[in-house]
Amino acid sequence: MKAINVNEFTHGPVNVHVIQSDTYKTNTLVLHIRAALTEEDHTLRALLPLVLQSGSADYPTRKQIRQKLDDLYGATLTGDVNKKGENHLISFKLEAANEKYLKDSTPLLENAFQMMTSVISNPLIENGAFKESVIKSEKRNLKQRIQSVYDDKIRYANMRLNEEMCKNEPYGLFVYGSEEQLDNITGEDLYDYYKRVVNEDAMDLYVVGDVETEEIKNLVSKHFTLPERQEKPAESGDEKAAAGNVEEKEIFEEQDLKQGKLHLGYRTNITYQDDDYFALQLFNGLFGGFSHSKLFINVREKASLAYYAASRVESHKGLLMVMSGIETGNYDKAVKIIREQMEAMKNGEFEEDQLEQTKSVLKNQLLETMDAPRGLVELMYHNELGGKKRSLDDWIPGIDAVTKEDVVRVANEAQLDTVYFLKGTEGGSDE
Amino acid sequence: MNKQTFDQLKETLYHEKLDNGLDVYILPKAGFNKTFATFTTKYGSIDNHFIPLGEKEAVKVPDGIAHFLEHKLFEDEDGDVFQLFSKQGASANAFTSFTRTAYLFSSTSKVMENLTTLLDFVQKPYFTEESVEKEKGIIGQEIKMYDDNPDWRGYFGLISNLYEYHPVKIDIAGTIESINEVTKDLLYTCYETFYHPNNMLLFIVGNVDAEEMMTLVKENQSGKEFAEPERIQRFFEAEAPEVDQAEQTIEMNVKTGKCLTGFKERSPDRQGKDLLRHELSINILLEMMFGQSSKNYETLYEEGLIDDTFSFDYSGELGFGFSVIGGDTAEPEQLSERIKSMVVEFTSKSLDEETVESVRKKKIGFFLRSLNSPEYIANQFTRYQFNDMNLFDVIPVLESLTVDDLQEAMTEHFKPDTQFSKCLVKPKGGA
Repeated sequence: MKAINVNEFTHGPVNVHVIQSDTYKTNTLVLHIRAALTEEDHTLRALLPLVLQSGSADYPTRKQIRQKLDDLYGATLTGDVNKKGENHLISFKLEAANEKYLKDSTPLLENAFQMMTSVISNPLIENGAFKESVIKSEKRNLKQRIQSVYDDKIRYANMRLNEEMCKNEPYGLFVYGSEEQLDNITGEDLYDYYKRVVNEDAMDLYVVGDVETEEIKNLVSKHFTLPERQEKPAESGDEKAAAGNVEEKEIFEEQDLKQGKLHLGYRTNITYQDDDYFALQLFNGLFGGFSHSKLFINVREKASLAYYAASRVESHKGLLMVMSGIETGNYDKAVKIIREQMEAMKNGEFEEDQLEQTKSVLKNQLLETMDAPRGLVELMYHNELGGKKRSLDDWIPGIDAVTKEDVVRVANEAQLDTVYFLKGTEGGSDE
Repeated sequence: MNKQTFDQLKETLYHEKLDNGLDVYILPKAGFNKTFATFTTKYGSIDNHFIPLGEKEAVKVPDGIAHFLEHKLFEDEDGDVFQLFSKQGASANAFTSFTRTAYLFSSTSKVMENLTTLLDFVQKPYFTEESVEKEKGIIGQEIKMYDDNPDWRGYFGLISNLYEYHPVKIDIAGTIESINEVTKDLLYTCYETFYHPNNMLLFIVGNVDAEEMMTLVKENQSGKEFAEPERIQRFFEAEAPEVDQAEQTIEMNVKTGKCLTGFKERSPDRQGKDLLRHELSINILLEMMFGQSSKNYETLYEEGLIDDTFSFDYSGELGFGFSVIGGDTAEPEQLSERIKSMVVEFTSKSLDEETVESVRKKKIGFFLRSLNSPEYIANQFTRYQFNDMNLFDVIPVLESLTVDDLQEAMTEHFKPDTQFSKCLVKPKGGA
């Protein structure tokens, strides 16, 4: 693994992480703005990045922002929301070519900083509110986004499983908010919320590229003119799922579809903060994370019931989600096979060499993630989310150290919480 | 070994054509952890009518067989090749497009072993009646998954409007009925014809030593025997230059409508530099007409007809070509009319040179960003090569395109009366 050179400093409310690398032909800026996911604010929060990137005081229209980005050799700027554990993140990402590779030597990095901060700290405000026409357009845009989840059946089933499984937990909230709340939001409401965000939320800025830390220090202090804080934002820590005995739920829903979507949610109670985190990753890898895992081999290759059958973990909430697309009539068969695979994991029915195989695939995946600027940032940001510092150099030894006993212990923590099945209208009977 | 350097991009490309006809390209990338390799045959879903190797009569094979073959190649006498890759810490995959089937792996260790595995499994078919039958269940679920996907349905709906006979209109995976006709023997026929090294290209990109890799590949290939290469004869029915159907509406279980519009290429016979110039010209024109910084985008957005799913794309190959413009919308009908009239309006005026320059910059920046991605380089390079073009010509060609070139491409491609079609997806039972 190539050593990764990271320098960190704070400027006002922003923690800045500079990752120097001459591997890339671009410079990447990522700003994560973090707050707790709440019923009250989640729709406002989803709307905010859409409104911010629709016009700033310096570039009052979407078109002007986009034209400026085009002139910076097609720099890309995206603003979006994400759910990580019970944190609701607003993230802005800007990627611009490094001028070293261009014939003209426009100072693209400085321009990139200026663009990003213009959108975030210099919004377009009229009479104490965001502009009415922008609010109207972006409410419509967000509404369409919320609705389009219904049209993508895999995402829809994921959302429904989360909703059903975490009914009484913030994690059950939908990342893009609710249509009902959206209807009532005004430009004043959103501006009040914006002020809270810049005054209270935790902010981490990552800069990845062939850059110098001193240069970044200058650019940050010149452009990031966000208000100073009295208090530090609260340290966030992972919210574990409710402890205690989980009662299994089975939820059915029917739609006019060719293929049924079978999604299962397990609680593991293990998060990024825990020492067992790497064991959880290996458990997931053996169970359903890769094409050599039990789910792929038994649901797809042996029984030929599905094209995909996989599992993934939510690192900051301690959940394990299984998903598969099957013929509606094969529900019982598929659920039975999935349950059997979990039992097999709990009973330690896997070989040492399969564990080794999973370690090497997992390490490979990790190193590949580090090859991409955004992947690198994603990995490093776990440290801020989990309230647990783990250096990138610790990951590989952490994976190597996991034993079969560790994986079996983790498997025995997993409890099935909810089986969600979106039935299709076709293929209803077992042929 | 031939060596080509691209000074501005700081890249060096190595190439050799082996005795058996295989083209091998190696692009060393220092700083990356991973190595990515693709082994691609010039054989895709459209190649369903051809003369098998060593025979005289043409055959027609079932729709979806190239994709079926892609699935089946992963099976070996000793089991599943995925297993072997993951034991060597690699992740493997494959995909089938209209014109290509690519097999690939990426890994951060044991690169030599993985490369050998890639070459060996693709060059060693092993099909049994039983495993072919089993695969029908898996691919059947893959087809149903796409059947429920409104974006996929809209896309193929549009292409099937454009073409009356050309197999590009057929879903890459075929249909449940057509894959039922696939047999072990038919798979061997297709394999023998299209998987000759003379019809294939190997691309390796990553932290590798070019000499060492080339030696490995040569030794591997010289240990295998192949028939004398023949020129592959493929047949396509004559197709009218104009669109087959002007419109189509698909009703589906969705909440948001979709509108996909497109223009059919009148004379899809370009290759090499001509094709490169043509497709880059169309891409620049589309960006000028409908890019996020265009007046049209702003208008459509403000009118509430589009959201940020709105996009456009151009595909050009020997024998077919088309542009696609569209996205999610509450008013599919209205959006399609607006797109058409905007194209008419745009093409009736002369091109604004300032906008041309700005879009040109944007495209150059996009290309530089793409060079961060080994996947992009390998896949695009192969596609370019199969059409006698060179990926590394993109920047010089972008820089050399004149307003006259663009004007000419515009007049030819965007003919609304005969070349335009639309496919609308609407919610079932909706107004």
